Amino acid sequence: MTEFPQLSLHVPEPAVRPGGMPDFSNVNIAKAGSVPRPEVDAASEDIRDLAYSIIRVLNRDGEAVGPWAGLLSDEELLTGLKHMMKLRAFDARMLMAQRQGKTSFYMQHLGEEAVSCAFRKALKKGDMNFPTYRQAGLLIADDYPMVEMMNQIFSNEMDPLRGRQLPIMYSSKEHGFFTISGNLATQYVQAVGWAMASAIKNDTKIAAAWIGDGSTAESDFHSALVFASTYKAPVILNIVNNQWAISTFQGIARGGSGTFAARGLGFGIPALRVDGNDYLAVYAVSHWAAERARRNLGPTLIEYVTYRVGAHSTSDDPSAYRPKTESEAWPLGDPVLRLKKHLIVKGVWSEERHVQSEAEILDEVIQAQKQAEVHGTLHAGGKPSVRDIFEGVYAEMPPHIRRQRQKAGY
Amino acid sequence: MARMTMIEAVRSAMDVSMERDDDVVVFGEDVGYFGGVFRCTQGLQAKYGKTRCFDAPISESGIVGTAIGMAAYGLKPCVEIQFADYMYPAYDQITQEAARIRYRSNGDFTCPIVLRMPTGGGIFGGQTHSQSPEALFTHVCGLKVVVPSNPYDAKGLLIASIEDPDPVMFLEPKRLYNGPFDGHHEKPVTPWSRHELGEVPEGHYSIPIGKAEIRRQGSAVTVIAYGTMVHVALAAVEEMGVDAEVIDLRSLLPLDLDTIVQSVTKTGRCVVVHEATLTSGYGAELAALVQEHCFYHLEAPIVRVTGWDTPYPHAQEWDYFPGPARVGRALAEVMEA
Repeated sequence: MTEFPQLSLHVPEPAVRPGGMPDFSNVNIAKAGSVPRPEVDAASEDIRDLAYSIIRVLNRDGEAVGPWAGLLSDEELLTGLKHMMKLRAFDARMLMAQRQGKTSFYMQHLGEEAVSCAFRKALKKGDMNFPTYRQAGLLIADDYPMVEMMNQIFSNEMDPLRGRQLPIMYSSKEHGFFTISGNLATQYVQAVGWAMASAIKNDTKIAAAWIGDGSTAESDFHSALVFASTYKAPVILNIVNNQWAISTFQGIARGGSGTFAARGLGFGIPALRVDGNDYLAVYAVSHWAAERARRNLGPTLIEYVTYRVGAHSTSDDPSAYRPKTESEAWPLGDPVLRLKKHLIVKGVWSEERHVQSEAEILDEVIQAQKQAEVHGTLHAGGKPSVRDIFEGVYAEMPPHIRRQRQKAGY
Repeated sequence: MARMTMIEAVRSAMDVSMERDDDVVVFGEDVGYFGGVFRCTQGLQAKYGKTRCFDAPISESGIVGTAIGMAAYGLKPCVEIQFADYMYPAYDQITQEAARIRYRSNGDFTCPIVLRMPTGGGIFGGQTHSQSPEALFTHVCGLKVVVPSNPYDAKGLLIASIEDPDPVMFLEPKRLYNGPFDGHHEKPVTPWSRHELGEVPEGHYSIPIGKAEIRRQGSAVTVIAYGTMVHVALAAVEEMGVDAEVIDLRSLLPLDLDTIVQSVTKTGRCVVVHEATLTSGYGAELAALVQEHCFYHLEAPIVRVTGWDTPYPHAQEWDYFPGPARVGRALAEVMEA
């Protein structure tokens, strides 16, 4: 007989499954305006609390409060609202296009629009994002042409990536948007390398790494934190915690650490947790991190607490793994509605203007779609050449690929 | 002209490249202050400073991942993987990232990186310091794969690799670092200073990637080899007294198929030699290509001489290594057929 009990394996479960009542009572949400704003040269160990709290600016009444408020003008906020509305309208149209068979696959941002749209404002021309598949707001908010995005989604004859990439895996060096890979976490450590290069060349540009809650479990995430910490790389390490990795709740990747932001602390990297559905808070925190990087103070880790309202992609059905009404119960609300309310409270926006703006934006998206569809959709109209399969594997085509291209008849 | 070991030759290639181009950076495990476990980067940090030659954490995926990011920025990283056997944590970064960035972004981003890695056995390194993983790279479209067999080629090919616009896997046969090892492990190795290919220009020159070199002209049989096995094959040919043509591939991807086809068309017989394991090894690709292009000229089945399909053992190293006796038996077999 042993004095110890038999061992048993702990397998975490989300609080509620389909059929149950959504419950976020365990999510500890700080009051808007209550989290202090440290100096950008604060040491990681002096601001540990920021990795466990949630920085919020917009309160329930739609007011911007506390030390992180007051950074953006009314005009900038109106532009920000329109970026989020545009992204939402773009997603809705492309989701429909996928249902209509005009493309094979789509991934939407519903509920997460503030994260990439507000973050883009913290970067300058020449800085580089290493995004995942759910940061198209970086392009929208940088005025990358929607028609180009659609050409890529439709893999048509004007697709800038010549039909080689899965829909939404955009690439635009000009807009500071590194080619999306499609496999997970690899870009995180690449962003650190890009930032190291900028520092090696005594440049002024900074990099931003992006990852989801689920793929923080990949080893590349940890490699990225080691390299960023060791070389004090000018990089912002973003984690978008939207609660769900396809069907797997965030607790499976997070384990016992409390928050994802807390992962930064062991590396001595200042780590902040922010309300990802609060445009003003996202901007304020990313601006703080960008300033740290620009002043050569090194990396910052940011966890954006948000909620993936839609499915992971067009290939899964969330009702099979979480309560249908869970998104409505999400305590941080909707990013578009919250910023809209703030602007109405400020007296610079109204319900009428919002409705009118929605119609204008939808029209703009529809016009772009019409323009893109002239050049084809996945199964109809113009498409990239079979020749494009063989081009661009190398700068110069080697003989064996040339022989294969000829064999294919091109 | 200077005499160099292969270590000095690769060091000279990096030195010349760093001198000519500020965008060339060198890093990896132990490569900074200490100069690398094989001393290939010795002196580079002192000469070019800590931001161009530095030590990296023990994280191959981190080393290759950051190198890819640096290349996206516009640098030309030449990084060291301490042993080819250690590259597996970086395999995702190599195969799905480095190899495909140009293609998937339609040239918007590119990945001009070099991964230097000591490869092969013969130093009692056991299963984790002796591997030859070249076939795991040649199977990946978008990579180039180079394996030099001597100091002169090592320098010229490494400079060409650093200047190449695409990712290059540069496998350095570590048993050749100090001399042209021919598999006779019981004899002292001839130093490179007594070999003509140990004569290496001090300055800049490059050797085009994708061009093989015929090390011995012959008419009876073609031996295709690369790296350490070039010297083993040459020794076996001399010992057997066979009039063999020995081809040193130098580059596996892209491959100089024309040189192979020309030779086998002439000789009608072919032996493929490599140190890596047999099944699905690069020799399988070579044998397939030879039969596709030279079938009606072949007078005997193609024979492969390779490492056994087992992990690389420690104590039984010389029973594993495909030395001159095994190559000799293969030559006899293909000549008798």
